[in-house]
Amino acid sequence: MKKWIIIAGMTIFLFACGGNDAANKEESKTEGSTSAEAAAPASADKAAADAKRGIGKFTKVEVGATLDAAMAESGTKVYDVKCGSCHKLTEERLVGPGWKGVTSRRTPEWVMNFATNVDEMLAKDPEAQAQLEICLVRMPNQNLTDDDARHVYEFMRKNDGVK
Amino acid sequence: MTKKSILSLAVVVIALSYTACKPKDASTAVSGDAAVKAYVAPGKYDEFYNFVSGGFSGQMSVYGLPSGRLFRVIPVFSVDPEKGYGYSEESKPMLNTSHGFVPWDDLHHTELSQTNGEIDGRWVFGNANNTPRVARIDLKTFRTAEIIELPNSAGNHSSPFITENTEYVIAGTRFSVPMGDNTDVAIDTYKKNFKGTVSFISVGKAGEMDIAFQLMLPGVNFDLSHAGKGPSHGWFFFSCYNTEQANTLLEVNASQRDKDFIMAVNWKKAEEYLKAGKGVKKQVKYVHNVWDEATHSAKSTVRTEVTVLDPAILKDICYFIPCPKSPHGCDVDPTGEYIVGSGKLAALIPVFSFTKMQKAIADKAFEGDFEGIPVIKYEAALHGEVKKPGLGPLHTEFDGKGNAYTTFFVSSEIVKWNIKDLKVLDRAPTFYSVGHLCIPGGDSKKPSPKYVIAYNKITKDRYLPTGPELAQSAQIYDISGDKMQLILDFPTIGEPHYAQAAPAELISKNSTKIFKIEENKNPYVAKGEKEAKVVREGNKVHVYMTSIRSHFSPDNIEGVKIGDEVYFHVTNLEQDWDVPHGFAVKGANNAELLIMPGETQTLKWVPEKVGVYPMYCTDFCSALHQEMQGYIRVSPAGSNVPLTFSLGKLPAPEAAAPPTK
Repeated sequence: MKKWIIIAGMTIFLFACGGNDAANKEESKTEGSTSAEAAAPASADKAAADAKRGIGKFTKVEVGATLDAAMAESGTKVYDVKCGSCHKLTEERLVGPGWKGVTSRRTPEWVMNFATNVDEMLAKDPEAQAQLEICLVRMPNQNLTDDDARHVYEFMRKNDGVK
Repeated sequence: MTKKSILSLAVVVIALSYTACKPKDASTAVSGDAAVKAYVAPGKYDEFYNFVSGGFSGQMSVYGLPSGRLFRVIPVFSVDPEKGYGYSEESKPMLNTSHGFVPWDDLHHTELSQTNGEIDGRWVFGNANNTPRVARIDLKTFRTAEIIELPNSAGNHSSPFITENTEYVIAGTRFSVPMGDNTDVAIDTYKKNFKGTVSFISVGKAGEMDIAFQLMLPGVNFDLSHAGKGPSHGWFFFSCYNTEQANTLLEVNASQRDKDFIMAVNWKKAEEYLKAGKGVKKQVKYVHNVWDEATHSAKSTVRTEVTVLDPAILKDICYFIPCPKSPHGCDVDPTGEYIVGSGKLAALIPVFSFTKMQKAIADKAFEGDFEGIPVIKYEAALHGEVKKPGLGPLHTEFDGKGNAYTTFFVSSEIVKWNIKDLKVLDRAPTFYSVGHLCIPGGDSKKPSPKYVIAYNKITKDRYLPTGPELAQSAQIYDISGDKMQLILDFPTIGEPHYAQAAPAELISKNSTKIFKIEENKNPYVAKGEKEAKVVREGNKVHVYMTSIRSHFSPDNIEGVKIGDEVYFHVTNLEQDWDVPHGFAVKGANNAELLIMPGETQTLKWVPEKVGVYPMYCTDFCSALHQEMQGYIRVSPAGSNVPLTFSLGKLPAPEAAAPPTK
């Protein structure tokens, strides 16, 4: 009998604290996504637009008609150190998908948000989650700066034949 | 029922269960709300970091308070194969000494850096007792950043205590030994030939340590020390025993005199003499080891000179104050006015007054001298004695509210007493035989008097038995009220001696998460797989290897021969927090590597048998961690297998793999 009381007591005790905690976390998560949505344009097909842009600070990235060679050059260097271990420049999947054609599959915003906001993207973005189901290795957060991410995107454009 | 009332019911239930299960001995000291006071919910942070000396483990451990959870064991003076410390080529120089590579030591005391007498969260220092050294640990990385060896020293026990702006860290000799040109002398010539020293190690802005000067002192045992603060800033106090100058059976022969000494050192005066050129340069040999966060490697340099001051000639640097019965702890209260000496064999605690000591010096109230150093009259420096506090007083910490807490080894208790009127206020049993104790900031100007932690030498029946060797322990008491309340005890690593604690936010906000790969200046770094390669230089084979979730590059290597020395230089390309990779290769005679994000570390491997050897990542890194592996082929000496390396090349049918570039 005594044991049961102890176990029951402890269980209540843990639940009381644990439940409270989880609730707090849920709240903060909701807040997080609210602010992310608030940053996105409020249009009718908002959800669709979000899906294409992903979650993160990049809501509108200007991309030129022609290649910015300097940016692409800088992006190559970042690729060599931080991306090339897992992403080939062909269509072949290594650890992550090959980059050939990525600029036609994804928006620049989605690519740059994924590269700079990996954990939140993998937690919430359906496209990123679908990719994880294929690759099974979480993309590492390689601590790219905003500029790094933009330069890498320009390098992806170069890889896709933009002159 | 509200959440609060459920909680309090649970607490009562837990409390009942405690008393019900263990009605005798220890648990009598545990009262109802203890569990709640020590409980830190999963996912929540502790209030304090506790830096605990590991004693004969040679390491320093980091616990959370009040939960007692162990976060990290920082390798300092002993090798740690788990982290590759002392095994990787980069870390080996950290353990270099004038005696060569020393893989073990005995770390007794920890001391957090201070600014204006308050803990500032930059560094924590530790002492090596056996082969005398002082280490500085950087609290951004929780790694040993620097180790300096001490010449003219044996048994560096009264160390590494610091002055109130971390101007100096102190190192005093426990063992006096013969020094200088003639050290081959008969042991029983102790009185004639043996000397003790106290070293003042200056600490620079970036933490860099340098021996500013040493004091050459009579041959006795220097035990513990603490700096003056506030009005007594500029002074340092040391306990001494064996003023009998015995060289054998010290247990009896060093316990003859009724009083030994507290030594007061006027270090500002010593600085003046140093500036005036009164120091004598002595030829010695010691090493200075520094870890460089840019190259991720240590460098060991030999030094050959130290400046020595002689207080027997330079009269106003040192004074002795008689202190009853082999004093151990030597602690200065937060105001800087009171110095507490704890005679191990005494049944009282003498408390000295800095003001009275100054007056005694001015009045020349001396009872004589000891080897040329004036001995102040006991009563002239005494504030008063705590009468019958307990048996075997050892160490004292302070709450900043006018109270002192002293441990008693023989009677296994902590006693709280008032510094002004010297009255005992409370006592609490410890389980068992307490040595040091710690109040967060308890030796600084500004203690955070929430808890006192006792560090016990003996646990006997406290935990489930584990054969003849049992854990030592720590016990946390809540001291926010008038009475001490035991709230938790937990086992420790090694044998804990002194420990210090600091508010968590002082340190947590500065914690390094990754090393930037762009800033890696290790000469063998591979910044990306493009730079991965294998290079032969004579019989040395350098493998520039990268690791990322979840493969090494290269992961197939051939062309190594018996007689070769292989150096695996592994760069972790990850740039995310908490993603180290490990590296191990079969038959390695040393250890693994554990490589933090952005870091490069090197494992030396000398294969002795022909064959194909596996290598793999030891730190679970992703769902495909078990796939993070590779092979290295070792051929006989003189074999003509070409040196090749690759990643992701599938085998050619039946033929040996062609060389790749």
